[in-house]
Amino acid sequence: MTDTAHLEAHATGHDHASHVHDHHTPTGWRRWVYSTNHKDIGIMYLVFSIVAGVIGGLLSGAMRMELQEPGIQIFHGLAAMAYGLEGDAAIDGGKHMFNVFVSAHALIMVFFTVMPATMGGFANYFAPLMIGAPDTAFPRINNVAFWLLPPALLLTILSMFFEGPAGALGFGGGWTAYPPLSTSGHPGPATDFVIFSLHVAGVSSILGAINLITTILNMRAPGMTLHKMPLFAWSVLVTAFLLLLALPVLAGAITMMLTDRNFGTTFFNPEGGGDPVLYQHLFWFFGHPEVYIMILPGFGIVSHIVATFSRKPVFGYMAMAYAMVAIGFVGFVVWAHHMYTTGLSLDVQRYFVAATMVIAVPTGVKIFSWIATMWGGSITFRIPMLWAIGFIFLFTVGGVTGVVLANAGADRALHDTYYVVAHFHYVLSLGAVFSIFAGWYYWFPKIFGYMYNEFLGKLHFWVMFIGVNLIFFPQHFLGLAGMPRRYVDYPDAFALWNRVSSIGYYVTFVAMIIFFYATWEAVRKKRLAGDNPWGDGATTLEWTLSSPPPFHQFSTLPKMDSKDAH
Amino acid sequence: MTDALLAMHEERGRKNKRVGVMLSGLAVGMVGLAFASVPLYQLFCQVTGYGGTTQVASDNPKGVIAREMTTRFDVNVDTALAWTVQAAKPLKDQIGRVDTVNYIATNNSDKPVTGQAIFNVVPEKAGVYFNKIECFCFTEQTLQPGETVEMPIVFFVDPDLDKNHELATVKEITLSYTFYASDNEGS
Repeated sequence: MTDTAHLEAHATGHDHASHVHDHHTPTGWRRWVYSTNHKDIGIMYLVFSIVAGVIGGLLSGAMRMELQEPGIQIFHGLAAMAYGLEGDAAIDGGKHMFNVFVSAHALIMVFFTVMPATMGGFANYFAPLMIGAPDTAFPRINNVAFWLLPPALLLTILSMFFEGPAGALGFGGGWTAYPPLSTSGHPGPATDFVIFSLHVAGVSSILGAINLITTILNMRAPGMTLHKMPLFAWSVLVTAFLLLLALPVLAGAITMMLTDRNFGTTFFNPEGGGDPVLYQHLFWFFGHPEVYIMILPGFGIVSHIVATFSRKPVFGYMAMAYAMVAIGFVGFVVWAHHMYTTGLSLDVQRYFVAATMVIAVPTGVKIFSWIATMWGGSITFRIPMLWAIGFIFLFTVGGVTGVVLANAGADRALHDTYYVVAHFHYVLSLGAVFSIFAGWYYWFPKIFGYMYNEFLGKLHFWVMFIGVNLIFFPQHFLGLAGMPRRYVDYPDAFALWNRVSSIGYYVTFVAMIIFFYATWEAVRKKRLAGDNPWGDGATTLEWTLSSPPPFHQFSTLPKMDSKDAH
Repeated sequence: MTDALLAMHEERGRKNKRVGVMLSGLAVGMVGLAFASVPLYQLFCQVTGYGGTTQVASDNPKGVIAREMTTRFDVNVDTALAWTVQAAKPLKDQIGRVDTVNYIATNNSDKPVTGQAIFNVVPEKAGVYFNKIECFCFTEQTLQPGETVEMPIVFFVDPDLDKNHELATVKEITLSYTFYASDNEGS
């Protein structure tokens, strides 16, 4: 943005960087624990997400080591250690433990890694900056929302150490937690820990969503209309609405499960007139919007990065914004495509196939708009741009396999195989995670004020790109060959691609070490980044502030003129 | 801070509170909707025959058609219920004809036991056309120790089934019962 609005905002931001505030600025642990500052809370969310991501990543490491070769390698040993079992009992315990790892990995990655990074970290830090707000609308609720998350994570981790099924520890019913496995199949308290964990995490996200929506609706700077608002703020607004509409349904469903388990109700129990399939409907009414919750903020981040490093405004701003709204809407009416094998009538299946494929349209609008933004642009392949282009590629691969799976006929064969695992890891573990790293490398100089080493960033990207593709691309082959998910063992025929997939994990592990080293190096070397390290292409308001931004910003609101702000 | 600025802050606080309350209401409403889905789902199943839910009728006003349908009968007994139940033999008849069959249940225990059966049909699409006039499954059944009883079902298949193209190839409907012990105070 080179217009006057930008310069004006620039000036305003600096005024207040040097302004001695009449507020008391807390220090030490109080600054963080009592924090009502959206930037500090954002940083705490990011740190929390990294910690949870390491735990979730190590769990998947145990899974990949187990699946590296046919037969049971490590889990019977783990079960022997954890449960004190021997012989065949240890093998049975190991099988359950594998499923416990699968479930915990999924829950941690979804609720404690991806969501805190995008809707917690980046949204809290940058949505208010981008719309020219001094803070979020409800700073104290923001604090509560964050501090609910650590206990929620703790509950999930604790669940692994309490009895699930008779004689074994932990909840092994997957993140979907379908009854009857999660009700009569797991009489022990492990499942209750998981349910409480989701309750607490859900409340946290709902509070966060209310805070962000109110901020975006009410606290935009003068002149910043919704149609001039940066796309990241748009993505946060849409995502927050999805959270607000979807999470209460999950809360309702797992509350019913809780009472079924402990108080003799029969919502999902046919014995008393209930129906286990009703749980699946409720779960996926939440679960499908949930996958968009994880990816939409990434769309926003990538839009800014592609525009910044192409030195062009994003192509088709309005289409980009309303494509996200459309994805959000349609995301609520496609849930039963997760349930093709539950006996839906043909007409119902036809509807869900068609509705699901409709989502490819707004998603395609976004992919093509990103490409059109790059088209004819003056592109520099800085680190964030590499991650953003990596995101576009990986997300498109995942999207294509999604269209394959949308067909009820094909899904008959592929349901619960590794093809599905490959599909959703391409859109989430690669798509969403690449968008998070893109955001991390894009905003790292803004958040911390220091520039990272360009070579280390590139190394991180390439090693990770190769690693994750090695993990998940072969899983398409495994799924097409019929390998089912959620098993500790497999026939010898699947050995080759499982081995390749496991090697991919080790490569990705190295990439993560490079990531931590690069971060440590950047903080240690203290290369000052300056207000705007990305040049003319970076036009949003956060680049008009110092790096890191002042503790309080925009006490006098920046004014946008009639030209576009996005 | 100047008075004008303070007034602006207050005004914004009020607006924020209003939006916040509205959004909280939305979240609470969605929780309500999740619970409302339980009776709605039941109603939906009964009306549409979704999941093979059968219908209840008092007689067949639509007459009999030439197409024939075989009805097979199936039974399962929960392990917690000490009964043996014998299903009726398969029955082939014209669609629309009202038929009566009997299940035979025996209480193998030395105590009176109350049981309740739940049921559905496959193909599930046929549920909406499968009408029961009389069925032991409508109420709980109590069997004395060692007692054997006949449990009648009076049913007919709605001739409208013939008009559903998805069911054009169906020659057989299976009615399945699962018996549970009635100690469970369900919803």
